[in-house]
Amino acid sequence: MCTTCGCSGTSEASVIQPAPSHDHSHDHHHDHDHHHSHDHHHDHHHDHGAVVTLEQQILAKNNLLAERNRGWFAGRGILALNLMSSPGAGKTTLLERTIRELGSALAISVVEGDQATETDAARIRAAGCNAVQINTGTGCHLDAEMLRRGLGALKPPPGSVVMIENVGNLVCPALFDLGERAKVVMLSVTEGDDKPLKYPHMFRAAEIMIITKADLLPHVDFNIERCLGYVRAVNRSIRTFVLSATTGEGMGAWYDWVTAQYLAAVEEPA
Amino acid sequence: MHELSIAQSIVEMVCERAGEARVHRLTLVIGKLSAVMPDALRFCFDVCAEGTVLEGAALEIIEPRGRGRCPDCGREQDMTSLFDACACGAAGLDCIGGDELRIKEMEMA
Repeated sequence: MCTTCGCSGTSEASVIQPAPSHDHSHDHHHDHDHHHSHDHHHDHHHDHGAVVTLEQQILAKNNLLAERNRGWFAGRGILALNLMSSPGAGKTTLLERTIRELGSALAISVVEGDQATETDAARIRAAGCNAVQINTGTGCHLDAEMLRRGLGALKPPPGSVVMIENVGNLVCPALFDLGERAKVVMLSVTEGDDKPLKYPHMFRAAEIMIITKADLLPHVDFNIERCLGYVRAVNRSIRTFVLSATTGEGMGAWYDWVTAQYLAAVEEPA
Repeated sequence: MHELSIAQSIVEMVCERAGEARVHRLTLVIGKLSAVMPDALRFCFDVCAEGTVLEGAALEIIEPRGRGRCPDCGREQDMTSLFDACACGAAGLDCIGGDELRIKEMEMA
């Protein structure tokens, strides 16, 4: 369908829970999303030949659902983080180690977004936490409605952390607010330090940048200072972590930040 | 990429407003810094409009140029990319125009 990557919308997305005990579809909760247009006039339906002014924000529906998710998190004192990167940057590996090392202090659960397979959710469960997999079909990003359905299946407890692993893609997820407290963009040192130049919208939208696979720095031509220069040209306030989820270097600062965000989310909802 | 889900949203929203009436022309405002490509959106729009009152409608896309405000000196200026810096040396201009994603109007049959 789509010229570039063949993506499609929400309708094909499926939420996969562990060990389903029944066969029927989980995709039947859509009927309350069509009632938000009451503030405009409907008397133009028969104005044949007339020009009708609409002035509607195209992302209004997603943004509305994202705000609903945000309120849902705030009401339960849940910290939600939206993790985005290109495929293979190490999102799942970072989550596995974070769950193992921080999971005893914080209750963490995970929403996994991928076009297909339940592999990542299985990895997360093996690391010791609850996870649901959202398969977006041909879709190239998670949207607020998919997350809402994912949360319905995940049922994260109040006062916990929900990590949302978005579909591996540095373009499309930048546009879709999910209701998270912060967008975290990840970039591995094997990808090159010029990624912020190539995908400026993503690096501008994020509050946090994590440079991953730092243990490989001696073997690749990746200049941290150059990368920081590029990212600051589009985002002056972005905060950066450099770490390796394989060796554990730099993970402490990440844990401190997550913990501080968690405390803030519990005490004073975003 | 994301243009297909954007096109789906547009068709959904416009069909809701148009009811049974056919739409001959649809005007969108897609800013030059919005991260949506007009060409890809046109292609996806035609696909999504099939079988709806929007099928065959002319798609008009207004593309406002980017405008930025310097976070340091406050000067407003044209912005051709997100990397534009201010003459005062500051990087990371605040985008104040060119990021629009809006359905402006429709012309009914």
